[in-house]
Amino acid sequence: MRDLLWLVPLLPLLGALANGLLVGRRASEKTVAWIACGSSGAAALLGVGVIVDYLRVQSPRPFALPLWEWMSPGVLPTVAGPANLTIGFGFLLDPLSVVMLFVVTFVGFWIHLYSVGYMAGEPGFRRYFTYLNLFLVAMLVLVLGDGYASMFLGWEGVGLCSYLLIGFYFDRESAADAGRKAFIVNRIGDFALLAGLFALAGRFGTLQFAEIGSQIAASADALRAPYVLGLSFAGFVALCLFLGATGKSAQIPLYIWLPDAMAGPTPVSALIHAATMVTAGVYLVVRSNAIFQLAPGISALVAWVGAATALVAAGFALVQTDLKKVLAYSTISQLGYMFLAAGLGAYAAAIFHLATHAFFKALLFLAAGAVIHALGGEQDLRRMGGLWTRLPRTARAFGIGALAIAGILPFAGFWSKDAILSAAAASGTSGHWILYAIGLLTAGLTAFYMFRVFALAFLGSFRGDPKAGHHLHDAPWTMALPLFVLAVGAVAAGWLGIPEALGGENRFGRFLEPVVAKLAVNGVPAEPAALSHAAEIGGMLLALGIAVAAILLALRIYRAGPERGAALSRKFPRLHALLEHKAWVDEVYDATIVRGTWGLARLAAKFDARAIDRGLVEGAGRLTVFGSWMSGLFDRHVVDGLVNLSAWLLDRFSRSLRRVQTGAVSNYAFAIALSAFVLVCLYAVWR
Amino acid sequence: MSPEAASSLWNVGTEHYLALSLLLFGIGLFGVINRRNLITILMSIELMLNAVNLNLVAFSYQRGDLLGQVFTVFTITVAAGEAAVGLGILLAMFRLRQTTRVDAANELAG
Repeated sequence: MRDLLWLVPLLPLLGALANGLLVGRRASEKTVAWIACGSSGAAALLGVGVIVDYLRVQSPRPFALPLWEWMSPGVLPTVAGPANLTIGFGFLLDPLSVVMLFVVTFVGFWIHLYSVGYMAGEPGFRRYFTYLNLFLVAMLVLVLGDGYASMFLGWEGVGLCSYLLIGFYFDRESAADAGRKAFIVNRIGDFALLAGLFALAGRFGTLQFAEIGSQIAASADALRAPYVLGLSFAGFVALCLFLGATGKSAQIPLYIWLPDAMAGPTPVSALIHAATMVTAGVYLVVRSNAIFQLAPGISALVAWVGAATALVAAGFALVQTDLKKVLAYSTISQLGYMFLAAGLGAYAAAIFHLATHAFFKALLFLAAGAVIHALGGEQDLRRMGGLWTRLPRTARAFGIGALAIAGILPFAGFWSKDAILSAAAASGTSGHWILYAIGLLTAGLTAFYMFRVFALAFLGSFRGDPKAGHHLHDAPWTMALPLFVLAVGAVAAGWLGIPEALGGENRFGRFLEPVVAKLAVNGVPAEPAALSHAAEIGGMLLALGIAVAAILLALRIYRAGPERGAALSRKFPRLHALLEHKAWVDEVYDATIVRGTWGLARLAAKFDARAIDRGLVEGAGRLTVFGSWMSGLFDRHVVDGLVNLSAWLLDRFSRSLRRVQTGAVSNYAFAIALSAFVLVCLYAVWR
Repeated sequence: MSPEAASSLWNVGTEHYLALSLLLFGIGLFGVINRRNLITILMSIELMLNAVNLNLVAFSYQRGDLLGQVFTVFTITVAAGEAAVGLGILLAMFRLRQTTRVDAANELAG
């Protein structure tokens, strides 16, 4: 069964090709939906089959499926001597990619199904599903790739699909701008990522995960030696990879594209900008964890950047009035959480949170999509309210998602967030208590803003257009079923990783152990730092208490509507303005980088217009005109002059000569006689 | 007819023939160039022709070679034909121009 791994990404690809090229413009929505959902559903089923087959044995070995040689650029001078660099394309199944495979295909399929209901009747239905299938292909290549090259192919593929789907409503300028913004910001990160990959290829002569992993284990000390800019080689590569991750996963300083990406259809936000694509950065860091382990400084940077992003984005989420924007900032914040864990070396916790987050954030987005759908496109929280009774199923689904993300006990978010917080508490990174405190604070903020949204949208009385209020209806089954399934996931996904402190087995962490094992230091396997069970339970209770308190506070303030919250924000006008304008980061980027680029472009345009166009091109034109004029002058006066001169001379000469022709016979006779005489004389002289 | 005969005073020698021939030719040439009447010109041409004939005969006599005299007989015969052609042209011109003055025919003037 696992031999069919290659078929998993191929199925959605066939679906995308069928929808994109085969079925005509007039294909019914039913056909398109069947192709798209069929291919992604088949991929999901096959993925589950592959995973089950992989998990049959007790401690499975990674299963590599090299497919073909992609590029062989030839011999590369590496540090370890010349290496024949060949870049293969293939797939790899190990615990990490098993988790990602499951998350991507499972969530991907349900969101495909959801989209059938959500996008019904939209123009561009077929285009939407083509892109969505294509995205699934790219994402699967990303998480299944057996080397950095294959992964990068998927990495860029998801970036492209993200661009296409953010700009899906391209007739709206804001959507087209948002797509461009996402793409350009990602390019900045990708540049760093590429630099890292080139460095890796130059050092190891390969980009395959397995080979790089064994070489790192063999030459750990050499990789710690100073390399460039005061960084070790491992540090340099780790920094490059992390910069790439900040672009894709919307971390400081490249997070600005994700809120704008909400211009895309809501299921796209759920799939790409919450559950799967944006987590690719976390996947990258965890996949490269051996390199990050050799670069403790960069790892600490990852942790601090993650913590800062988590806190700042949670702060921004507090005051957003757009339902999807709150969720977007929440996603950035939760991704920061994952990076916090990855930076602290708790890679399993990062992936655990990634997986649970995929469920509950997809659920939240889909529920939000159902609300927006029911309200006819309304996204403003101030014009909602009282939907608990009108959209009961949607409201309950959203409630479950909110409880999960807030970290309430039995739900998925609790377990993964707890794993991260206890990792922060137990970590040896300097300042880890500050990181822990930031994590706790962010958890409280998360619970607060999520229930602010919940209260504003579902409690109180309906504040929107009364006419729209009459048409309120729960979603069709294609939208309700995914909500139900994901709600189950949001409740139960965390149970895979119940920590030992609560009598569980932390099966998730153990499962990932082979991939994220601590590198041996001086031949001694490192013992993972752990809290005592009592301390861990204490930490859980603290986090739980903070979350519950924040939820109660949020419900108290916002139950009746936004007024009390608005009054509260008037008390802290500066703080509110800071949060509402997202610390003016967009404006700062606009004033510096964007304006700078524009200025540079304008300068270049001016140079083009002045120096190239007017100077060189027009100069050349003028020079040619002048040259032609000169040449014309020469032609007219010298060449024509010669011709005319010869004609004129001939004319003159003939004029004088024609007088000889008198026509009188006697003259001719005289001339003949004279000539004869002369000839005879000459003969007599020269005889 | 020996060469020493030429030394006697009254003996007529080749030089006399040649002198006469030159005179005749000069008169003829003068007539051809100076006269306007086509008939006179024809007559002058006959004069020049006969001057040449005289030359031929004189040299023939001097060299004791009859070939020159035979040649002269032929020349006279051909000259008769030439005179006929000349008179034909004269007649044609007279019919065309109602005159026999050669300066009336000057179409070739440049």
